[in-house]
Amino acid sequence: MAVLAFLVLPLMVIVPISFSSASFLSLPIPGFSLRWYEALLTSEAWGRAFLNSLIVGSIATTIAVVLGTLAAVGLHRNEFRGKALLMGVLISPMIVPIVIVALGSYFFYAPLGLASSLLGLGLAHAALGAPFVLVTVSATLTGFDANLARAAASLGASPLTVFRRVTLPVIAPGVISGALFAFVTSFDEVVVALFLTGPLQRTLPRQMFDGIRENISPTILAAATLLIVLAVGLLLTAELLRRRSLRLRGIS
Amino acid sequence: METMTADEARAEARTLRASLRRAERRRTLRGLGLALPLILFTLVFFVLPIAGMLVKAVQNGPMPDILPQTSALLQQWRASEERAVPDEAVFAAFAGELRAASQNRTLPELATRLNFENAGYRSLLMSTARRLPEAPAGTWRDTFTGLNPQWGEVSIWAALGRASPRLTDGYVLAALDHRRDDNDHIQPTDPSRAVYVASLTRTLEISATVTLLCLVLAYPLAYRLATLPESTANLLMILVLLPFWTSLLVRTASWLVILQREGPLNEALQWLGLIDQPLQLVFNRPGVVIAMTHVLLPFMVLPIYSVMRGIPPNYMRAATSLGAPFLTAFRRVYFPLSLPGVTAGCLLVFILAIGYYITPLLIGGANDQMVSALIAFLTLQTLNWGLAAALGTVLLVITIALYFVYTRVVGTDGMKLG
Repeated sequence: MAVLAFLVLPLMVIVPISFSSASFLSLPIPGFSLRWYEALLTSEAWGRAFLNSLIVGSIATTIAVVLGTLAAVGLHRNEFRGKALLMGVLISPMIVPIVIVALGSYFFYAPLGLASSLLGLGLAHAALGAPFVLVTVSATLTGFDANLARAAASLGASPLTVFRRVTLPVIAPGVISGALFAFVTSFDEVVVALFLTGPLQRTLPRQMFDGIRENISPTILAAATLLIVLAVGLLLTAELLRRRSLRLRGIS
Repeated sequence: METMTADEARAEARTLRASLRRAERRRTLRGLGLALPLILFTLVFFVLPIAGMLVKAVQNGPMPDILPQTSALLQQWRASEERAVPDEAVFAAFAGELRAASQNRTLPELATRLNFENAGYRSLLMSTARRLPEAPAGTWRDTFTGLNPQWGEVSIWAALGRASPRLTDGYVLAALDHRRDDNDHIQPTDPSRAVYVASLTRTLEISATVTLLCLVLAYPLAYRLATLPESTANLLMILVLLPFWTSLLVRTASWLVILQREGPLNEALQWLGLIDQPLQLVFNRPGVVIAMTHVLLPFMVLPIYSVMRGIPPNYMRAATSLGAPFLTAFRRVYFPLSLPGVTAGCLLVFILAIGYYITPLLIGGANDQMVSALIAFLTLQTLNWGLAAALGTVLLVITIALYFVYTRVVGTDGMKLG
């Protein structure tokens, strides 16, 4: 149980410091103040970084969800020679060292005019996020009763209708949690961003990275605290979805 | 009433089988069609860039384009066993092409490439090109050696020779701390400049330490969670997953704050009277290991936990009821059953650890940088892309080998999240 404390406490330490009235980073704080939050929320650089991250994250998530879901549906209960290899390749963005992806994209995007563009970064992030969607949707499909789809088809529904009205509602929790994973992957990705972005495409993680590297200030801790709140929100959503999915598939 | 002969029945069965196979194949193809967009997207935006990096690792540079004739002559020259300074024909061709390169401004590109062979060749090449006369004073060879005596030595020609083919093994050799000498024999790099193997070893060392620490911390936690009622375990699991969902930068920043000299950890230890002086915990190895262990711990807990959940509690009860002490029962019954989770967790954590960049960069000192940081440095600072790509290739090969073992042992279905 002490290990649980090791997992969670380090995150909690920075929350109070972000409300400190002083500019040094230690506990206990001399007084309560929202000045760092004010500095954060009124800063133009942080605002632009947040906006850039939202744009990149949306591009990446949309592509990852559409492609990942289609692939999961297509590959589910579909055995053929070389499937293990194909899955291995499709999942590999999850494990290939990020610096290699960054280096490859750095060389690859420049001649295409995609370097230093939010679109380029979004495409690179989509490739990183798609395996998460593939994995989560595949997991929800394992419990999916194929007879439901057959029944719908035998009653005259077109394949598209079957997918939209029968399959999708059942796998929706998997699709959404895959989307959350893909979004978080992009929203937290800094290495590819370091290689691919110029000053105009600075994303939130890049902004934080530069801040931590130069001089870690309470403003950064304020941003970090907001990101922890976001993480808690996303985690609870994912957990609710997981339970809902288990219920929908009649597992619990 | 029709009766089928045995032959007809067999034929019938065959056509049935065939049509079933056809239907199956159609279904497979339709499924693949749905997967096709992702397959293509992954190929174009993931596999292709990485393949491009692999190519960059063996691509030699611009010399065959900038000095085509010299390159061709030098490749013949390289074929000879006895290396001596090349003959006048090479000097003459070089003089002409050098002037042309200087005029159409492709020379700096070549000079940069040559500087990777030996720092100092850039200025040699640039200053020679600047002062090169239109016509030779005597022979071209005398003209060149008159400008700089280095042109009368084998080394510069061997360097130009190494830069003359389209493909090279030079970068990959350099990434493994080896080089080709003036006779093209492979030699270890001078120890003072041999940094790449050391960085790879350091990367593997740190990753192994982190994996071991994660295992030591995760195993008891997973065991405790697995023995709790499922609803309680699910609640506590949220605590394991919270760091997993939190930004890596946030977690790194919190460790920077906690471990700093005036940070909460040092103050607590001093208050407890355990230490007199604050410990130096950031910008060194312990800091990196602690922070990376924290970041990667959930990846160890999850697979071990999910395997332990599947172990029926009866087994342990049976063993203890037969008289085995708890520890013996654990060692002989439970532990072997939990091993698949341990293997999966260790491989996963190790694979993820060797690619780490941000955490060691921000928390470590100069001697704790992992190979990823070196790759980024070579790409963005020194612009030695060939070497960066070669080092990336070495890292990729290690990762793919481990990933291959992982898919063999665990399978891709083992990649579960949450």
